[in-house]
Amino acid sequence: MATYPKEMQESIVQVEATRPQRMKARFPRLSLAEQEALLRGFHPDYKEGGKRPLQVGPSQGELVPHEVADLLEAYPLLDPREVDLSKVDYDVDVLVIGGGGAGTVAALWACEAGIPADRILIATKLRHGDSNSMMAQGGIQAADKPHDSPAIHYLDVIGGGHFAGDPKLVRALVQDGPMIIRWHEALGVMYDKGPDGTMITIHGGGTSRKRMHSAKDYTGMEIMRVLRDEARSRGIPVLEFSPAVELLTDVHGQVAGAVLWNLETEEYLIVRAKATVLATGGWGRLHIQGFPTTNHYGATADGLVLAYRVGAKLRDLDSVQYHPTGAAYPEQLVGLLITEKVRGLDAQPVNRDGELFVHPLEPRDVESAAFIRECMPLEQGGRGRGVVTPTGMVGVWLDTPMVDMIHGKGTFQRALSSIWRMYVRFDIDPTREPILVYPSLHYQNGGVAIDENGWTGIPGLFAGGEVEGGVHGKNRLMGNSLLDYNVFGRRAGLAAAAWAKDARVGRLTLAHVKRYVEQLKAAAVPKERRAPLLLPDYRGERVLARMVDLL
Amino acid sequence: MLTVYIMGKGYRVPEGLTIMKAMEYAGYRLVRGCGCRGGYCGACATVYRLPGDYRLYADLACQTTVQDGMYIAQLPSTPAERADYQLSQVAPRGEALLALYPELARCVACNTCTRSCPQKLEVMDAVQAALRGDIRQVAELTFDCVQCGLCAMRCPAEIAHYHVWQLARRLCGAYLTPRAQHLARRVAEVESGAFDAELDRLMGMGKDELAKAYQARDIEP
Ligand SMILES: Cc1cc2nc3c(=O)[nH]c(=O)nc-3n(C[C@H](O)[C@H](O)[C@H](O)COP(=O)(O)OP(=O)(O)OC[C@H]3O[C@@H](n4cnc5c(N)ncnc54)[C@H](O)[C@@H]3O)c2cc1C
Ligand code: FES
Repeated sequence: MATYPKEMQESIVQVEATRPQRMKARFPRLSLAEQEALLRGFHPDYKEGGKRPLQVGPSQGELVPHEVADLLEAYPLLDPREVDLSKVDYDVDVLVIGGGGAGTVAALWACEAGIPADRILIATKLRHGDSNSMMAQGGIQAADKPHDSPAIHYLDVIGGGHFAGDPKLVRALVQDGPMIIRWHEALGVMYDKGPDGTMITIHGGGTSRKRMHSAKDYTGMEIMRVLRDEARSRGIPVLEFSPAVELLTDVHGQVAGAVLWNLETEEYLIVRAKATVLATGGWGRLHIQGFPTTNHYGATADGLVLAYRVGAKLRDLDSVQYHPTGAAYPEQLVGLLITEKVRGLDAQPVNRDGELFVHPLEPRDVESAAFIRECMPLEQGGRGRGVVTPTGMVGVWLDTPMVDMIHGKGTFQRALSSIWRMYVRFDIDPTREPILVYPSLHYQNGGVAIDENGWTGIPGLFAGGEVEGGVHGKNRLMGNSLLDYNVFGRRAGLAAAAWAKDARVGRLTLAHVKRYVEQLKAAAVPKERRAPLLLPDYRGERVLARMVDLL
Repeated sequence: MLTVYIMGKGYRVPEGLTIMKAMEYAGYRLVRGCGCRGGYCGACATVYRLPGDYRLYADLACQTTVQDGMYIAQLPSTPAERADYQLSQVAPRGEALLALYPELARCVACNTCTRSCPQKLEVMDAVQAALRGDIRQVAELTFDCVQCGLCAMRCPAEIAHYHVWQLARRLCGAYLTPRAQHLARRVAEVESGAFDAELDRLMGMGKDELAKAYQARDIEP
């Protein structure tokens, strides 16, 4: 089992030695200029050679990570000439692509707006609810306390995102926040509350008010499973294991549904829809710059690929969010998220020598850059004070025993039960020993450009959740993406319902794909590049080397 | 290296992998049985036996380390019917759970559910609480349930536990817990436009002015 090896234990002694004095210490926050310098020096986004400008498509010239460019500049999985569009398998008013949080919310509000449940279809890649939404731990922001306000929330979002967010989207986010939490309350989400019903709220990185609402450290799971249950109560149909591989347009150029692919039977299916909502989530499984990820198995940026081929613009994809605290030990947990709530509950990040080296709750990108600097060897410009594990991973300590010392015995196990369980399985008790962390690829800050109603600018196509961009500028704060998927999932669902009421769909085509293929050819994009990715491939090298397709 | 038997076939895999990663190492490209990969979604329910041990173990493939000689089979899905209800039409009274899921009464208190729970929840206690009509206790005992279905697959009384728990938690959240008054007030304020002027002002600010306002925020201790 995995208690700490000797070298790591020696460092823990240092951590324990400095703890009494750190319990009293307050590390100063960095000025904007200091933050900027740290980001430039150590954040992977600033690393040379990590990105390239797109050569084709509506956002030509935009810088994106190579891993993303390789998918956007790629040929379709299905040859458009081999798809028979005259036989429609599902004919609906609203098609929702993606059965995570945003998709489920969009479907619920389309239903609320008067679209009958059986005229809606959710098509999703894995099971309904298998998504990043299910994994969120820490919480959801909303400015509902008396000393807080949507305006204060606005400043936090816009500043945290380095002033790059779209003001209209930020406003929609903060303004709808309280209403969303109230909707959840009515649906039966078990938020953490005081005896009189007052929400228990804490800080998150970059918040100026304690507005993080939580449901223990299973916030995402609790919200997602309630939304899913409500969708089941309403009888909204869901096609599981049926990812969208292409959007469809009609002869007038509006989006009119999608081609799905049944992952198990390997047949394609045609869905004709008057309105389509894209809710496919993010990109963690692209492992940008080789980072491990916190994301679910299906987070492969498919939505970006589909939307781009149909002419939608993308934005802010040059900025990648690495969560400062991904697990770095034991090996089995590497990459998995250690919620920011642990730092919200006063655990401090400390280096090999037990020294606190950064304020625990700087904005995520700044905090991650500080961790990377601490771990990077001296000869590469870092401080070389990380802790090295037996498998060669490096990380900094998160001093988790502080949580119970400050907030009382039992707090950790109650408020952070998923983290506690995760470590105890591997014989590490985070209430007694610190845990080792290192940044992990976490969130797609940018995405498909939308307006405040979730409209992509392409007739008939709406988007909500992590797949869209503009809400968080260049850096999302914790708790704002659960809010994002609710606010923009809802707005996209309502807008799609309104559009579907008047829309008429003409003959279906894949003309946009054929046009895109011409552009790819003109740009001499290598033939073997195919997208969307659908699922990452983790099969062992030995097997891959000998694999043949015989059946 | 050690040997694991995936659905009866032996494969050599490195030590220290989770069951999920060991299957991938062996050459499986997972479609079913893999969702979050982090212990939150319950997609990876797995049963296994160990050599020389008659017991059947149940756990999450993404959270369990392989052992030498392990016999592994994943459950691709749990067939279990969810009762048809609208939350607004279920009265949060003690009988509600039993009325919708009468098979709860078939519990023989064998405790197999508790033993098969990868989250180590007190599942049978929750069944007993449900029988007593203590919805709040059911909700609290089952809050950490990832709905993997392993208890339901092993239960001799054929209870679909996780569906019952879902209903109990929603009833608890919606009806047995006081609503937040500050929240209701804030929603009304937003609707009445109380923050519009200030938001308009912020939206009209240039970057420098915004940056100044941002730096000058007072931060709640
Ligand atoms: C570990 C973790 C912790 C987090 N913690 C927090 C937190 O504390 N607070 C916070 O605010 N945010 C948090 N986040 C971020 C937040 O959870 C997500 O950004 C948000 O839930 C995204 O919602 P979504 O509906 O847009 O995407 P998802 O929930 O990921 O849903 C997308 C769905 O689309 C499906 N899909 C993908 N491609 C296709 C396709 N081609 N066809 C059909 N379906 C497809 C996916 O399988 C998935 O079901 C966390 C994220 C992670 C990973
Ligand atoms: S894959 Fe989600 S719990 Fe294992």
